Amino acid sequence: MAFIGAGVLRGMGVTFRTFLETYPWGRVLLRGLRQPAVEGLVTIEYPDVKQKHAERFRYFPFLVYDGTPDNLRCVSCKICEQECPPQCIYITGPAKDEQGRPQKANGRTFPVEFKIDVSICMSCRICVDVCPFDAIEMDNQYELSSSERFGSLILNKQELLKPNEYFQRIKPTEASEVDARLAAKRPKPQPVFPPKAP
Amino acid sequence: MSTAGELLEVSLGPQHPSTHGVFRMNAVLDGETIVKLKPVMGYLHRNHEQIGEGITYIGSFPFTDRLDYFSAMSNNFGLAIAIEKLGGITASERGEYLRIIMAELTRLVNHTAVTGFLLNDMGAFGTPLLYAFREREKILDLFEAASGSRMMCNYVRPGGVRQDVPEDWLKQAKEIVDHYPHFLDEFEKLLTENEIIRQRAQNVGVLSKELAVNASITGPMLRASGVDYDIRKVDGYSLYPRFSFRVPLGSVGDVYDRYYIRILEMRQSVKILQQALKDIPEGPAISPKGAAMGKAPRTFRPAKNEAYGRIEAPKGELGFYLVSDGSPQPYRYHVRAPSFVNLTVLEDLCIGHKVADAIIILGSIDIVLGEVDR
Repeated sequence: MAFIGAGVLRGMGVTFRTFLETYPWGRVLLRGLRQPAVEGLVTIEYPDVKQKHAERFRYFPFLVYDGTPDNLRCVSCKICEQECPPQCIYITGPAKDEQGRPQKANGRTFPVEFKIDVSICMSCRICVDVCPFDAIEMDNQYELSSSERFGSLILNKQELLKPNEYFQRIKPTEASEVDARLAAKRPKPQPVFPPKAP
Repeated sequence: MSTAGELLEVSLGPQHPSTHGVFRMNAVLDGETIVKLKPVMGYLHRNHEQIGEGITYIGSFPFTDRLDYFSAMSNNFGLAIAIEKLGGITASERGEYLRIIMAELTRLVNHTAVTGFLLNDMGAFGTPLLYAFREREKILDLFEAASGSRMMCNYVRPGGVRQDVPEDWLKQAKEIVDHYPHFLDEFEKLLTENEIIRQRAQNVGVLSKELAVNASITGPMLRASGVDYDIRKVDGYSLYPRFSFRVPLGSVGDVYDRYYIRILEMRQSVKILQQALKDIPEGPAISPKGAAMGKAPRTFRPAKNEAYGRIEAPKGELGFYLVSDGSPQPYRYHVRAPSFVNLTVLEDLCIGHKVADAIIILGSIDIVLGEVDR
């Protein structure tokens, strides 16, 4: 150490360099002095500019349907309701007719009501992991603030239902994997004319 | 009338005295010198252990993220190791590598952030903390790309990790890790030789070797006092014996040593990361048994047994104690939180120092109240 205060001055040098890096002319000046200069401004002005999130970025769950909203993948098995760590999923169902027999749509049972209290949900993704039908997936919509406690923070079945195309759009890699898995599960159509034995 | 010899009781908190959570210190002062100090904890109690006894083993993972919210990946790792011991699950090799990469990245995040906070407590508002956060943000982006969440990752599972990392992730991680020593050099230039920091931190809050061992202090705080004890070396859990790294030790055990030991540990973590990113093999990210357990948590019913899994978390020894009674839920679930144990020596460190020093001593212990109160 040359003199007392040299350490402080050297530290201030670092601060000054970073100050220069936040301006275009500062970076030009630094490069002119043969110093490495990277973009020093790392913040964004949020409501005007939005951060680009990773594809896997997860927020709250939603329910996937194929084609029309009544063709949802959920069969109301209630595994997610049981496994949800903070217990924020409420399912009524499966739907039954007057005689108490389970109703079916497109060959599957379906829930009468499916509610998620997103003020309790902690976005852990365990419901997606345990779902055997790939019916529930994680959304990446995060601008959901509301001034009331219940109301818009308890998402019902209509609000949760989103098409598979939407899932394809927000998470292409994961959605293609899910589609491939579902296609493998689906029973193959029987050939009309069975091949003859030679 | 003279007031000499009269003591004054001051309640510091319960706001954020060190921006780590809700904590209160009842200090008894003689002038400005502390003669007695009583930490008051429990404001952030969230019933973590009792909740863990009411849900499946897998269900506890998202809650462990919220223990020490700076190092979610390490917390997941600790619980995963305990469950693996309990259920006799082995992890896939790529899974082990990914877990080590995540744990060491977490160490970088934690030590960078806590050094920034320590400087904030000393009165250097903004600059060092924001420099630290600038770098931390890059690693949090990596966490988001791999797990989907910046801080509440919920990524490590018994047997490996939940999903394999996306394409190009390892390349991005390598870039960030390779750049890290440059940042550390810059950070050290800013802080290490700074006379004001030396004046404030040297010989303040000295923790002797004997007291550190007797109070079962772990982590960087113990090593700053010169005790060579690192669970990565002592226990050799996971694949740590494969990597070459050194355990930096302090000599005095004051606030300055505790600051500097973290910088040195980050340099060692960078070394481990570079080796791990180079050697990582291809293969499944999770072993079949672990994958089955993640898919159907209630099928995992370990035999009547108990297990204690521990890791070297950024703050010290993080241990999970599990007792199974044969059901899908643990009979007893206990967390040995490093922050909580390290906080017990706060009074011994503070006595004889000024009030302002008590704040930086608290900052140098590196506590997160989410973990202290659980």
